[in-house]
This record gives sequence, C-alpha cells and structure tokens, in this order.
Amino acid sequence: MEPAEFIQHSGGAIGVAWLMIAFPLVGAAILLLGGRRTDRFGHLVGVVMAVASFVVAALAFVQLLGFQPGERRRLIPLYDFIPGMAKVGLLVDPLSISFCLLITFVGSLIHVYSIGYMAHDPNRRRFFAYLNLFVAAMLLLVLADNYVALFVGWEGVGLASYLLIGFWQHKPSAATAAKKAFIVNRVGDFGLLIGIFTIFATFHSLAFAQVFPAAHGASQGTLTAIGLLLLVGACGKSAQLPLQSWLLDAMEGPTPVSALIHAATMVTAGVYLIVRSGAVFQGAETAQLVVTIVGVATLLAGAIIGTAKDDIKKALAGSTMSQIGYMVLAAGIGPAGYAFAIAHLITHGFFKADLFLGAGSVMHGMNDEVDMRKYGGLRKVMPITFVTFLIGYLAIIGFPLLSGYFTKDGIIETAMEHNAVLGWLAVIGAGVTGFYMSRLVFMTFFGAKRWEATAHPHESPAVMTWPLIILSLGAIGLGAFLIVGNRFMTFLAPAVGAPEELPTFNPFSLTGLVTLALVAAGAAFAWFRYGAAEVPAVAPRGSFLTTFARRDLYGDALNEALFMRPGQWLTRLAVFFDNRGVDGLVNGLAAGIGGSSGRLRRIQTGFVRSYALSIFVGAALLAGAWLVVGNL
Amino acid sequence: MPWLSTLMGVSVLGALGVTLVRNDKLAKQFTLVVSLIVLALTVAMAVQFSPNGDKFQFAETYDWIPAFGVHYGVAVDGIALVLILLSVILVPIVVLASWHDAEKGKRSVRTYFSLLLVLEAMMIGVFAATDVFLFYVFFEAMLIPMYFMIGSYGGAQRSYAAVKFLLYSLFGGLLMLVAVIALYSIAGKGTFMFSDLVGTVQDVTTQKWLFLGFFIAFAIKAPLWPFHTWLPDAAAQAPAGAAVLLVGVLDKVGTYGMLRFCLELFPDAAKFFTPLVITLSVIGIVYGAIVAIGQTDMKRLIAYTSVSHFGFIAMGVFAMTTDAGAGATLYMVNHGFSTGALFLIAGFLIHRRGSQFISDYGGVQKVAPILAGTFLVAGLSSLSLPGLSTFVSEFMVLTGTYQRYVVPSVIAATGVILAAIYILWMYQRTMNGPTAESVKSLPDLNAREKWVVAPLIALLLVFGFYPKPLLDVIHPAVKDTLSSVSVTDPGAAVPVAKEGQ
Amino acid sequence: MTTHYLVLSALLFAIGGVGVLVRRNAIVVFMCVELMLNACNLAFVTFARQNGNLDGQVIAFFVMIVAAAEVVIGLAIIVTIFRTRRSASVDDASLLKY
Repeated sequence: MEPAEFIQHSGGAIGVAWLMIAFPLVGAAILLLGGRRTDRFGHLVGVVMAVASFVVAALAFVQLLGFQPGERRRLIPLYDFIPGMAKVGLLVDPLSISFCLLITFVGSLIHVYSIGYMAHDPNRRRFFAYLNLFVAAMLLLVLADNYVALFVGWEGVGLASYLLIGFWQHKPSAATAAKKAFIVNRVGDFGLLIGIFTIFATFHSLAFAQVFPAAHGASQGTLTAIGLLLLVGACGKSAQLPLQSWLLDAMEGPTPVSALIHAATMVTAGVYLIVRSGAVFQGAETAQLVVTIVGVATLLAGAIIGTAKDDIKKALAGSTMSQIGYMVLAAGIGPAGYAFAIAHLITHGFFKADLFLGAGSVMHGMNDEVDMRKYGGLRKVMPITFVTFLIGYLAIIGFPLLSGYFTKDGIIETAMEHNAVLGWLAVIGAGVTGFYMSRLVFMTFFGAKRWEATAHPHESPAVMTWPLIILSLGAIGLGAFLIVGNRFMTFLAPAVGAPEELPTFNPFSLTGLVTLALVAAGAAFAWFRYGAAEVPAVAPRGSFLTTFARRDLYGDALNEALFMRPGQWLTRLAVFFDNRGVDGLVNGLAAGIGGSSGRLRRIQTGFVRSYALSIFVGAALLAGAWLVVGNL
Repeated sequence: MPWLSTLMGVSVLGALGVTLVRNDKLAKQFTLVVSLIVLALTVAMAVQFSPNGDKFQFAETYDWIPAFGVHYGVAVDGIALVLILLSVILVPIVVLASWHDAEKGKRSVRTYFSLLLVLEAMMIGVFAATDVFLFYVFFEAMLIPMYFMIGSYGGAQRSYAAVKFLLYSLFGGLLMLVAVIALYSIAGKGTFMFSDLVGTVQDVTTQKWLFLGFFIAFAIKAPLWPFHTWLPDAAAQAPAGAAVLLVGVLDKVGTYGMLRFCLELFPDAAKFFTPLVITLSVIGIVYGAIVAIGQTDMKRLIAYTSVSHFGFIAMGVFAMTTDAGAGATLYMVNHGFSTGALFLIAGFLIHRRGSQFISDYGGVQKVAPILAGTFLVAGLSSLSLPGLSTFVSEFMVLTGTYQRYVVPSVIAATGVILAAIYILWMYQRTMNGPTAESVKSLPDLNAREKWVVAPLIALLLVFGFYPKPLLDVIHPAVKDTLSSVSVTDPGAAVPVAKEGQ
Repeated sequence: MTTHYLVLSALLFAIGGVGVLVRRNAIVVFMCVELMLNACNLAFVTFARQNGNLDGQVIAFFVMIVAAAEVVIGLAIIVTIFRTRRSASVDDASLLKY
C-alpha cells in the first residue's frame, strides 16, 4: 500500500494544530519572562499549557479519524519562512498525530508528576518553563511539513535537553553532561544538515509534499547519501552507535526529564526521522541495511550496558538505548517494520516513562540515592511505586499479553523475515533485557534492606503516584490495542505505507517461543544472582566483560582517545600557530620595519661636517651622473 | 527629501552638539536622543523603500571635485539599506551600554560620545556611497574615530591595539586607493561614479590586479584568514561598545565591499579568484573556531568566533548563488546583533568583576541568572541555534554554497560543531559549576542593561522566525548583483511538482 | 678668454668646500662658506660677461645680500654658542641627532 496524497486543509481542530505548539511556547515565554513573579503559580501554568496542547491534539485526532483513510494527510500552510527555500506549514497525518498524542499525553502526566518531584526546588518555575519549551519544540519537530522546520524543532528539543540536563548546573557533572549532550547531538546535526543540503540541491525544495513524491526520480547514489546522512542525525538524537555516549551522562538531569526527554519522546526523534523519510530510504537499500545494522548493534550494546550499571537511572538509560535500537531496526526494514517501530515507540513511551518515574519516586523517597546496591526490599514501603514499576518491568521484558510483548515481538518477527541474522540478534537482545530488567527490579524492591542510615523511604504523594498508575495502565493494554488485528498498521498506512500482505499475529510462532524462553531464562538467572542471593554493598570487581559493560563499552574512552585529546592538542597548536605564526608574521614585519629604521637613523650623527660631506658627495654624484647621461 | 544626507547631517550635528554640552550626564542623554532620532528617520526611510523598484533609491548626487569627476553621491539598494539599518540600530544600544564605560580613564566622556556619533555618520556614508572615491574616503575616515575610541578609552594594552588596528587597516586602504585611481584612469570615463565604472574594465589581467587591490583591503577589514590578527587585539582592548561597532559594523564594510565592488566591478577576476577566496573562507571558519576554543580571554574568544563567522559571509558572497548571497547579506546583519549582544553582555560581566579571563569566573548563573540567561541566548545565536536569526543566514549560506561547492560547504558545516564547543565551554566555565568566591556578590543586570539586551534578543528572535521582511529587501539586490556578474543558479537535479498541483 | 676666471672660481669654491669639511672652528667654517659664496659670485659675473647680459651681475648682488644677512645671523648664533659652551668647535654642537 502506497502512502496517500497530501491534501491542503483548513478548519477544525486540525486547522488550528499550531495551537498545540503555541500553548506550551506561550507557557515557556510567560514563565521565563515573568521571572520570580510567576514562582507561585508557575508549575500550574506549565501543566495547563501541556494539557491544553493535549486537548488540541486529541480533537485533531478525532477530526482526522473522520476522514477517509486516503485523505488523512492534511497540510496546514502557515507562512513563508525563508523566501525561495522553505514555506512553513504543519503536516497532520496518522504518523504525526500519533506522536502528538504520545508527547502531549505522556508530557502532561510528567508535568503533573514534576509538581511533586520538584516541589522543594527553588527553581521549579524555570523547570516547568524548560519542560514547556521542550514540548513545543518536540511538537514542531513532528508536525513540521518540511525539513527546515523539522530541523528547528530538532535543535529546539536539543536546547531543551541541554537546559534540563544541566538544570542543576551548580553541579559540574551536570553542566558537563549537558554540554556533552549538546555537542554530541551537534555531530549528528551536522550529518542531518548536510543531508538537508543534499535534499535541497537535488530537489530545490525541502517540503515533504514535494520531495517524497519525487524521491524515486533521484539516483540511487543520491538517495543513499541522503539516507546515510539522515541516519547520522538520527544516531545523534536517538543515542545510537556511534553517537550514544551522551545518553548515559544525560541522567544527571532531574528524573522527570529523563523520563520525558531521554526515554519517551526526544530520543525517539531519530526513529521518526527515518520513518518520515521512508520515501528516501526505500530508494536506497544500502542505507536501509546500515540503519538495521546500527539498530541491532545499539540494541545489543544498550542491553549489555544495562546489565552492569548499579545506578538505577543509568541502567534504565542503557535499556532505553537498547529499546530504541529495536525501533531503528524496524524502521530500517521498510513499510513492513514502520508500524511496529512506531507502535513499540508508543508503548515504550508509556512503560519507560512509567519505569523512570517509578525510579524517580524511589529516589524521592531515598534522599536522591541512585545506587541500587543501597536499595533492597522497597516493595513494602512503596507499594504503589512497586506495583506500577512491576507492570512497567513486565511490559518491557515482553511478558505475554502486556504491551511490550506485542510490539517487540512484532519487531523481532519482522526482522526475522527480513534477515535471519538480525532477527536472532534481536532475540538475544530480548533475553538480555529479561536479565538486566529483572536484576534492576530484584535489587531495588526485593531482598534485604541495604539502606543508608539516613534514608527514610516513604511512598510518594498522590500527584506523583497517579501519573504512575495511568502510565502503567497504558503499559498493560496499549500493545494489544495497537497490534491485534493490525489496527495501528492500517491506521498508519496512509502516512508511511504498509506491506501488501498484512502480518498475522501468531502467539505460538517459533521465534516468539524462543524469545519467551530466553527472557524467562534471563529473569531466572537474575533471580538466582540478585533476588535469592545477597547483593554486596560494594560492586565486586567482576570479570573483564563486566568492566567492559560498566565503562559503557569504552565508548567514552574511545571518544577521548580519538577526538578529545587530539582536539585539545590541535587547539593548543592552533593557538600557538596563531600567536607565533600568523600574528608573529604581522608583528615581525612591523618589527622589521621598526628595526631597520632604528638602524638608519644612526646616520643622523649631529656632526654638521658629516652632513656637509654627504651634501658634497651627493652633489658630486648628481653632477657626475648628469655628465655621464648628458654625454650619452 | 534628501534622506541619507539628513541622516548623516543629524549625526554630525549631534556630534558637534555633544561637545558643546557642559554636563557629562546631559551629554549622554543628548547622544542617546540623537541616535534615536537617526534610528527613527532611518526606519521612516526604510519603510518607503520599494524592494522591486529601482536598484538604487533615495539617490543624491552633487559634484564634489569636478576636475576629477569626484561626486558626493549617496543612494541605497537592499543590501546597503539593511546594513545601514543594522548600524543605526546598534548605535543607540551601544550608547546605552557604554553609559559608564568612558568614565574610568582620564579622557573626556563627552568626546567618547561625540566620536560615536561621528562614527555613525561615517558608517551610514560608507554603505550609502555610490561614488567609489567617496566610498574610499569614508572607508579610511572611519578609522579615525575608532582609533581614538580604542586608543583613549580601551584596556591596558590599548595603544598597541589601536596602532596595530590603524596601521593594518591603513595598509589595506592604501592598496585600495591605488586600485581606485587605476580604475579611474583605465576606465577613462572621467568619473568615479560606481554605476559608470561597472563593466568598464574588460581586460581580464587588469581586472585581476585591480581586484586584488580592492580584495586585500576588504579581506583585512572583514577580516579574512590570514589577515585577522589585528581583530582579537583590537576587540579585546576596545571598550565593549566600541568593540560592538568595530566587529558588528565596521568589519561588515569588508564583506559588503566584496559583494558590491569586487563582484560587480571585476566579474571575471572574481570568478578567477573564487577558489582562492572560498579556500581562505573555509580555513577561516574552521581555524577561527578552533583558535576560539583555545582562548582564555572572553573578548578575544568572541573576536575569534567572528573570524569564523566572517569566513561564512565571504564564502556566501563568493559562492555566487542567490541563496548564498542573500544568506551572506543577512548574515552580516544577524552577526551584528548576535556578536553585539555577546560583546555587550560579556562587557557587563567584565565591568562587574574587572577581569576578562574566563578562569576568573564560575557559577555566575546562581548569583546573576538574568545576566547568565541573556549571555546564553547570545551565545546560542553565535552557534546558530534554529529559532534565532543567525540560523537562517547560516543555513542559507551553507545550502547556497553546497549547490555549487560541495566539499567546502561540508567542511564549513563542521563549524556548527566547533561553535557549540567554544560557546558552551565558555558558558560552562563562566556561568556553571560552584560559584567562585570572587563573583559571590555580583549584581544581576540593572534596568539600563536590560534595556540594552532586550532589543537585541528580540531582534534575534523575531528575525529567527520571520526573516522575510529583510530577505524581501535583500533578494532583489543580490539577484541584480549576480546578474551583473552573469551567473545563474544551478538547477534542481530532480524536478518536483509545483505547489498547489 | 673667461676660462681663467672660471678656473679661479672653481679653485676658490673647492678651497672653501674643503675648509667647511675639515675645519672644526665655527668661525673658520663660516669664512669658508663665505669663500664659496664669493666663488659663486665670481662665476656669475664671469658668465654675465660671457653672455653679454646683466643677469649674472644681478644674481651676484642677491647673493651678497643673502651673505650679509647670513653673516648677521650666523655670527650671532656662533657667539651665543660660544658663550654657553665655551667652545667654537662645530663638533661640540652635535646634540641634534638621531
């Protein structure tokens, strides 16, 4: 099934889709410009704006459902942004509206949660301002109808991410992590930018509605180049190999930020970009192959990192990397995988936000302790957090009939059909997921109490637990809702296309059973190591492999050796060259002129008789010269 | 109404008036009022400009030295108009920002503000001049007020910096003078009027020599790598306000000159030298950024970022596509606002603490959040964050260049990454982390300073989302320039369906 | 016929020139300058005679007037220098240098 035509639209909730972006943007403006005056009610403004945005998204969704499937790609032109290059408009279609609903719904819940989580922070207003800014930028990213506006949103979420990771910027580690995230993302943006340049040079347009229908006309080489360049951008934003290193450090930010930006929404922007640009990728098999390889490599790397981390947030961050790896893998497969990629993205948005917020709730009760070796036995003191966390956990490992079971299994089955090697690697990844997530749950909620003396764990207030409950409901039912009967694939087809033959869901396929068995084995192994056995308070040294995983597969060491040190060396060399070389030449020239004139002035001796002599000699020379020339 | 002469006249009269006022405070207020009047008049003029009308509008031409065909000729096209707008917007902001800057030394406060207004008149003149000789006169005369502003009111090494700035610029200017006179005699038209001289030099070898005479002057002014080393010294020693005008406007005369004179007067030579200029620009972009990363002095760092940015502008000018040319022109304007904001806010910070060294700061965000926030916005504009106007221009320059020169624009695009490093690292070292002892009692921005920063940030934001008003004015002028060089934009490899089909 | 006068003029000029270059005493230097001037005068008058017009003679008068004015100012300077420095050597008055 081919994607539908683009249709100009006006009127209704879709016609005012820009309000989705405007609400949180206005919220951010009020909170940032209002300053301390808005401290008292700032968090409420933030929540109201996010919810308002969700209402618009929901209404637009309802209106979109009212159209025939073939008429569900609606373009809303806004204004001429860069004359001759890009007119900005919004594209409301099944793909973008799915994202809008996810962003605004999960975003609103996390806004509510943050009221409680950030209650004691003197800068809570600023936090909400940044959150609102993020929501606005993310919505612009997914609603944009051209690559420039998408890039504006793309960088906007990067900025919000920078501000929020470094929210506690008095901590040097947070400030450094924020800077690192921005710079690594910029490396990705560099690729994306070149990709956009290539698109413009090829098509002289950046609008989706013009580029995609014409994409098949471009040469294979051009499309491959564009695809690979877009992939570089996607790798940066979605923390895929080799640009993954910033995500683990990004956990320095407050936990709601990790939940919203670094788990549920922003990091999935890369998947969005690949799926959105499907028309380009489908013309470039090499690019697609690279996408799937990157996806598989990252899903394994993330899972391995997740197994070794004692920091609860970093373990979850590894898991995020891994899950996005699944989505990228599916997105690389083509129309057969798109629906699963986005479906997994949505369910992951729910259960990962649930897990992160749960972790935040735990930290909230444990004096912001993140080391799981100092948790243990928390299920009794934090019952709601425990139950919701447990649901999220079961969803992510693919426990039958919960959300992750349907969406992840869909990806694995599709990958298996596409390429058996990739498929089996994805299965192994699922097994590792079963292990590290179980390890996390056992270390945190089961076993003996290993709390610090000062810790007095308690259940979080209702404003924090209700979002958890709602998210865990999504983690339970959303997967089945989307996948069974190919509901989501059919819905998404007008935007991204769908395979001619829709897949049928088979709960007893070989792949599915093997996956389940591996997950169960992983969970059992985790129980044996961390549930039944004593967890040492200090991490044992572990084997070479453990260290390998703990050090993030030496990603940072590699970056440092390859880029940072040579970079510092180059910078010093350049500064030296500039001061001594270029400026030295300029100053040397000046000094040379000054020096020679200093020497020449010595001729001015002050002795009248020597002046007289030079006059005589000069006169004699002139006379002589005249005589010679005159006689010629 | 002779708009342009009025603008210059008001500034010059204002400058004279300031010297007559006895009271320093009154003199400052008077300067501010004069600069605001000039701004209002310029806006009134700009509104009447019709983008698709004549190329040069508001033209005035009077004989000056009839014996040599020298005229007092002024007029504006879209390119000159936006640059004049940039100048007159920056002047009142700089006046307000330098309120106390001239008071530290022993020199007269009134003279400083008088010099500012003289400089304003000359900045308007240099962009508006349609007579090549008049342009040269303004080009050189601008050095005088700036020389005194740096030399009399600058930092510890002010006289070194001022002399270096003056001699370096003068050297370039004299090369240009030779080329101007040669152009006059070779053209044999008996006039210095720009429009009469266009297309008169046909011989390619002659064009090349004359091109070099003009180009070296502009490359020093801009400054292009490797003629840049006077800028960090001058900018670091100049008082913040003067640095803004120096980097924000005066240096633009260089890139403006490349676009107006080098391209239109010597089209064949320009095409011949394009590979060289693009190479220098790309080197400048990367080199400037790398050296900026290694700086320890805030103002020198900002100056080196400008070296990088000027590389983008020169590259856009010589890429000779409409997008790149319009982008480069827009870049000149945006860079003025962006660097202006950076220099001024850094100036506020330095004024408070009394040190330009980055290592003397730390954790300022905690004690002065507004200062830190505005500094961050200014910094983000320097790294061309989308949503701020600098992004639009950088994007246009790179996209426009990419259509013709793929490799240079890809290398130049690495500037995007390097910019993030130098800005964010500086921000982290000054604003983040634990608050340093020495800045514990640092006051936040006061009302005057907020009024300085607010218009700049507002302009960056507005033109970041809606650059159309500026581009509508710039586009026809750039197209006209490129058509006189007789180049056409490369077409699309794959045609797309037109809009609305 | 006038050659002898010109040779004499040249000789006198050369003697004066050498005197200016080698003598240290300001008064002697001064007199040598006068000698050179008068050598010039002789040449002028000779040329006037040779060409049969009065131009050379007129110039000679100008030279004499200039020489008179020069003597007045020059001697005054020399006397002042001698008063302050107790020396009339031109080599001692070498402060105006570099």
